[in-house]
Amino acid sequence: MIERVFLTAAIVLTVLMILSLVRVVGGPTILDRILGGNVIGSKTTILLLLIGLLFEDLGMFVDIALAYALLNFIATLGATKFFLRRRHVFLDELESEPIHKEAP
Amino acid sequence: MNYLAALFIGLGLFFFAVGTIGILRFPDFYTRLHAAGKCDSLASLLVIAGILCHLWQDFSLASLLVGGKILLIAAFVFVASPTATHAITEAALVLGVKPWERTRKRKA
Repeated sequence: MIERVFLTAAIVLTVLMILSLVRVVGGPTILDRILGGNVIGSKTTILLLLIGLLFEDLGMFVDIALAYALLNFIATLGATKFFLRRRHVFLDELESEPIHKEAP
Repeated sequence: MNYLAALFIGLGLFFFAVGTIGILRFPDFYTRLHAAGKCDSLASLLVIAGILCHLWQDFSLASLLVGGKILLIAAFVFVASPTATHAITEAALVLGVKPWERTRKRKA
């Protein structure tokens, strides 16, 4: 009975990840895409734990989930730092009200 | 104990769904960030609590070790999720993403 709960939870999580992918594909700014990727990553961490429970091998999948959580965090921080450094990449994407700064 | 696990997992799925609806429906980047940052950490903790309720029914050394690792994931999520949200917010503020205002005319 509890396995059905885990299976249903895993399926619902997958559907929610696909819904979050809408924000990644069609987000107005690059930061929206980074946010969507972060959300999908945190859902994937939980999904890996549920998959480990379903296959009755949680001892292996918990390590994968831990590594995935670390990687997701580092990837978000890295992407954010990158777009802070390269502002012109971001400004090309921003359609509404671009910032006009004086030339240095 | 199984019912407790199912309750926790159901509550966690509810908060995941609310966060996803917020990400899809809110009008502005900052409000979307609010929905994502709050709902995800709470929902992750609830689902992890449900998994631990199921896991620690039979108490052995192996399940204790695996449960410790899962608690480590929970602790890391509680540190990392606000930090990532803060970093994205700082980038948005520096890059000049404008907050949404009700008085401004909508495009469509």
